[in-house]
Amino acid sequence: MTAADVERVRDITAHPPGLELRKFKDRSFIFWGILATVIGLGTLVTLVWDLAADGSHRLTPAFFLSFPSANPGEAGILSAWVGSLLVIVTTAFIAIPIGLLAGVYLEEYAPKNPITSAIEIAVNNLAGVPSILFGLMALGIFVQFLGNPNRWFSFLPEGFRNAAADLFGQSILTAGITLALLILPVIIVATREAVRGVPQEIRHAALAVGATKWQTTQHHVLPYALPGVVTGVIIGISRALGETAPLIMIGGLTFVAFLPITRPGDATFETIGVLDEYGAPVNPEATETVRIEHDGVVVLPDFTEMPVEAGQTYELPHGSTIQSVASWGDAIASWSPSNWLGQEFTVMPIQMFNWTSRPQAEFLEIAAAAGLVLLAITLLMNGAAIWLRYRLRKRIKW
Amino acid sequence: MERDFTKTKLRLGERIMEGLLFAAAAAAVAVVLGIVYVVVSESTKFFAQVSVIEFVTSTTWTPLFDNPQYGIAPLLSGTFMATLVALAVAVPLGLLVAIYLSEFAGHRTRETIKPILELLAAVPTVVYGYFALLFVTPLLQQWLRPFGVELPSFNLLSAGMVMGLMIIPYIASLSEDAMRAVPRSMREGSFAMGATRLETAFRVVVPAAVSGVVGAVILGMSRAIGETMIVVVAGGQLPQMVTSPTQQGATVTAFMAQVALGDLPYGTLEYNSIFAAGLALLVLTLAFNFVAFWLQRRFREAY
Repeated sequence: MTAADVERVRDITAHPPGLELRKFKDRSFIFWGILATVIGLGTLVTLVWDLAADGSHRLTPAFFLSFPSANPGEAGILSAWVGSLLVIVTTAFIAIPIGLLAGVYLEEYAPKNPITSAIEIAVNNLAGVPSILFGLMALGIFVQFLGNPNRWFSFLPEGFRNAAADLFGQSILTAGITLALLILPVIIVATREAVRGVPQEIRHAALAVGATKWQTTQHHVLPYALPGVVTGVIIGISRALGETAPLIMIGGLTFVAFLPITRPGDATFETIGVLDEYGAPVNPEATETVRIEHDGVVVLPDFTEMPVEAGQTYELPHGSTIQSVASWGDAIASWSPSNWLGQEFTVMPIQMFNWTSRPQAEFLEIAAAAGLVLLAITLLMNGAAIWLRYRLRKRIKW
Repeated sequence: MERDFTKTKLRLGERIMEGLLFAAAAAAVAVVLGIVYVVVSESTKFFAQVSVIEFVTSTTWTPLFDNPQYGIAPLLSGTFMATLVALAVAVPLGLLVAIYLSEFAGHRTRETIKPILELLAAVPTVVYGYFALLFVTPLLQQWLRPFGVELPSFNLLSAGMVMGLMIIPYIASLSEDAMRAVPRSMREGSFAMGATRLETAFRVVVPAAVSGVVGAVILGMSRAIGETMIVVVAGGQLPQMVTSPTQQGATVTAFMAQVALGDLPYGTLEYNSIFAAGLALLVLTLAFNFVAFWLQRRFREAY
């Protein structure tokens, strides 16, 4: 090697050609990375800002306490949020136990065999199935099949078939089950991860002092896994809350001006006697002795009104309608699953969708207001889940 | 005296619990079978009246006309166009975010940004639909007008773009997980050869994590194909062969929702047609899931 060659090698190692450019590219990538991140985060901010600009002035107490209406100035989301609440309660009652038990089974109990791998494949695939297909399944099974008493197994007594079919159909129960099946994979996966995170030593210690497998799982594994499970449940429930498509498939209504429960102040109507299909008494001469439970008004068949007092008994002709105003007592007494599970319903996202698809600007305003409420609930729930996960990672060191 | 710890009563309780746990897990299988059963059995009724050939080859979808035509192609073209736009937005942005978070950002930045970004996937899709229709579309109309493009108020471009923003977290988060799983030693080897972080990211980390990245993209794609509300609200509901994202068009999912909103009587051909559309959707998403699975197996690097 000549002296000139040595000089050249030294030069190259000190200044590889293009080094400055390469370093510049490296540094400028940080700019692109941050830009992409900002676009993502900016979308979230713009979304909230856009909805707030359009609809925040409509967020008054009256908005939460009014039914939807053809007049956008008076319309509210009462039936929508009550419907969402009832559907979500149903969903939680179904999805949490099944998801929890299934997750525990797959982590703690499942033997290595084809059945277990079939279950695992099913769970993984369920997570990838579009939500609208869950709605299609519910339409086929819960609405068209179980909702029709003539398609139930005919050996069951007719009364039972009718009662059961009443609960299904386009009902809160159907919606709750559909969303529960939809979020099942979320809860199963979260449970599995949480259970897997509990160290083996804890199980060994419990088993060593004579606990059975289920006792070990119940008393020693699940308590430690609980925060992880709760995180999964919150994320699943918030997803169910925002789902629209599957509920449209099963026929969630877009206009509901009633609640599936009695409210204090609601008028209740009870017509006595046997009526024909036009609402007229079959036997106009017949009368019935009725004990009135609330102060109110009786509308007689000739449409004259008669005030009545609670506790009194009256002799009323068939076809009379007793009108009374529901009290808190009625509202509490009417609260049983049997009288709301089978009711038709609407939910927040369907209500918002309905308003979004109308041309009038005022409906778009209340759509934005409904969207803000929906967004606030889901973002808060997800924020809570993130916070919980963060706390969990920080606190627990095995 | 020896005590018998294996009391029958206790064992019975254990058995019952085990049975219960198994039943819960088996529910997942039942749901999958339920979906497949309903979609296939109701589609069979549809295909008894409409030939499969017409369904696959015809380019007109007019089930509600007097002379109904059932060709799935227009719906598929709408789905693919919206998905394509979504991927054009989400893949570059998602991968940029993933590479930035995995290779450049510090621990603290990553742990802060990732969960916030995941909120994008938690926003209810009907809210995204509103955003696409009433914010993105007017904005795009304004931007595209100087170029001589009149964007209709329903179009697949804004629906697809918003869908893309929605799936960014799926692609970014899963790709980032895959990149972070690449062993440090491979990066250090690259640094030792004099490569910059960027060169290491593109020539070492991404190729090593390719199976995870492709899986993430396909998962995002599968989400976009199955997404309903954004396209129903902002994409229009006119089934036509879509050739440009600025057109309006119905997707498979949009058609299903549109029919369901209209309260069709049970058992009619129109009613059954949504199950046939559902079958197409099911086949499509399962096929993509399968491809993702196959790619991951095929290109998995073992360390």
